[in-house]
Amino acid sequence: MCRMNTVIKNATRNAVSVSGLRKAYGEKVVLDGVDLSIGEGEVFGLLGPNGAGKTTIVRILSTLIPADAGTANVMGHDLRSEAGAVRSVIGVTGQFSAVDNLLTGEENLFLMGRLRHLPATERRARTAQLLERFDLVDAAKQTSATYSGGMKRRLDIAMTLMGRPRLIFLDEPTTGLDPRGRHTMWQLIRDLGAEGVTILLTTQYLEEADQLADRIAVLDRGRIVAGGTPDQLKRRIPGAHIRLRFVDAASLDAAARALREGSRDDKDLVLQVPNEGGIRSLRDVLARLGDDVAVEDLSIHTPDLDDVFFALTGNPSKEQTQ
Amino acid sequence: MTAMNTLTIAAQDSATMLGRELKHTLRLFKLLFVGSILVPVVMLLLFDYILGGAIGNGLGDSARGAPYIDFLVPGILMMTVAAGSAATAINVCTDMTGGIVDRFRTMAVSRGALLAGHVGVSVLRTLVTATVVTGVGLLVGFRPKASAWDWLGVVGIVAAFSFALAWLSAAVGMVAKSAASANGLTLPIQFLLPFLASTFVPANTMPAGVRWFAEHQPFTPVVDCLRALLTGAPVGNTAYLALAWCGAIALAGYLWARAAFDRSTR
Repeated sequence: MCRMNTVIKNATRNAVSVSGLRKAYGEKVVLDGVDLSIGEGEVFGLLGPNGAGKTTIVRILSTLIPADAGTANVMGHDLRSEAGAVRSVIGVTGQFSAVDNLLTGEENLFLMGRLRHLPATERRARTAQLLERFDLVDAAKQTSATYSGGMKRRLDIAMTLMGRPRLIFLDEPTTGLDPRGRHTMWQLIRDLGAEGVTILLTTQYLEEADQLADRIAVLDRGRIVAGGTPDQLKRRIPGAHIRLRFVDAASLDAAARALREGSRDDKDLVLQVPNEGGIRSLRDVLARLGDDVAVEDLSIHTPDLDDVFFALTGNPSKEQTQ
Repeated sequence: MTAMNTLTIAAQDSATMLGRELKHTLRLFKLLFVGSILVPVVMLLLFDYILGGAIGNGLGDSARGAPYIDFLVPGILMMTVAAGSAATAINVCTDMTGGIVDRFRTMAVSRGALLAGHVGVSVLRTLVTATVVTGVGLLVGFRPKASAWDWLGVVGIVAAFSFALAWLSAAVGMVAKSAASANGLTLPIQFLLPFLASTFVPANTMPAGVRWFAEHQPFTPVVDCLRALLTGAPVGNTAYLALAWCGAIALAGYLWARAAFDRSTR
């Protein structure tokens, strides 16, 4: 009996636990066996390029679409058999605005309160509170069709918070926002995290995940290829590198022999060499190449999401969108 | 959750969605009302003033000695109900192609509440437009011979037919890719089927093939029943036939709309 209790307690400590999640549309495999666990109160960043499967994971975990295979438990409820219970504790803000454009900001919040079956007094109090918090008091009586992108996104999140969800899915919450809107959104997410709400945040930007998430998982072609704290992850990313492109395979071979390091791509005739030492190591690389190797193009890179993917998968993330 | 509780919540959610759709309707007042009132009124005036003379003379026994306007208005009333299907399909389609439906789906909202709200408002809207169009009919010389009970029957048939077409057009709006195509897909309901029924002329004056179709399609018993009620003629079995058709259309539309709603997320 005692042992069973411990097991149950351990199981509920995770806000989300997912194992072997699969989803395919016809021939196209979108999720290829995803395992995830998100602790309660954690801000979890799901990092990946377009087409990696981030939105599909959010749509499955928020009960919008069924997975083909795998199990998922959300806030202690089995996703498949207790979808209703899952829905009552989650909140979702997707990439695309989910506000009612014909209703005013206030009416949108009221609508959420009604659908969450909040008592009338709480509905009014909470609406006023959220309008205030999301800086929408002045626009409360205007239909949301007149709102700017940033205002719509704020209203969207306010609507999500109306039911006091314990787990929030934020699917690319800053995509399409201007720098100021993005900054406001970051602060909101930080505040929510500080209040102890569990957040699953998807993003294409390493910087965003780094700024906001307690833990990050990197998603690539429907698989989790790496995970850890932002610091752990950044340690695995190589620093700056030099990218050399050659006119022919012979030059690439010669360069690879001369430099003895870096990763090569025979198809594109490209060699990537680490460049930790700035100008000095650049000069060194050029000296070692000598005059005989024909370099067609040279460029210097500082780390970005593409490097994360290159380091973790050996493929640039851009290939996925082609 | 008990069955009673589930039912209460379903009713509550449907009422919430009905309130939401009612606000939409009032905010899109011109768009939603003008079309569904203007088209039947234009038809009424066109047939009464321009074509009515010739048609009225040719009616013979079918008109039972009454002027053509008395034959025409019940048909126009049915067309008014049919005209409302465009607005319903467009509203459902607009909802489905926006992000808000996905939000509803991730909340513990009763399944079907959204559609119930659309259908409920569609019936209310049609009762308003039908009243306005009947009023215009009275202004241009329509003289009904209906008793209070007959009028009640008219309201009942209009509501039932509107309910049936609302489910059907909700399903159409669900499968349409855009508001424009939702409108286009309801054109057969708005025009084709009314013309191929006893709306403007009796079915027995039509060529054989068309006549067979007109006599066996749902719009004819609806018009015949409304006409009998409004002109004080014997209703016969048209009321049962009309209500049976309404039930069948409503059920088919409901099942189609439900299936399309469930399928739309995959």
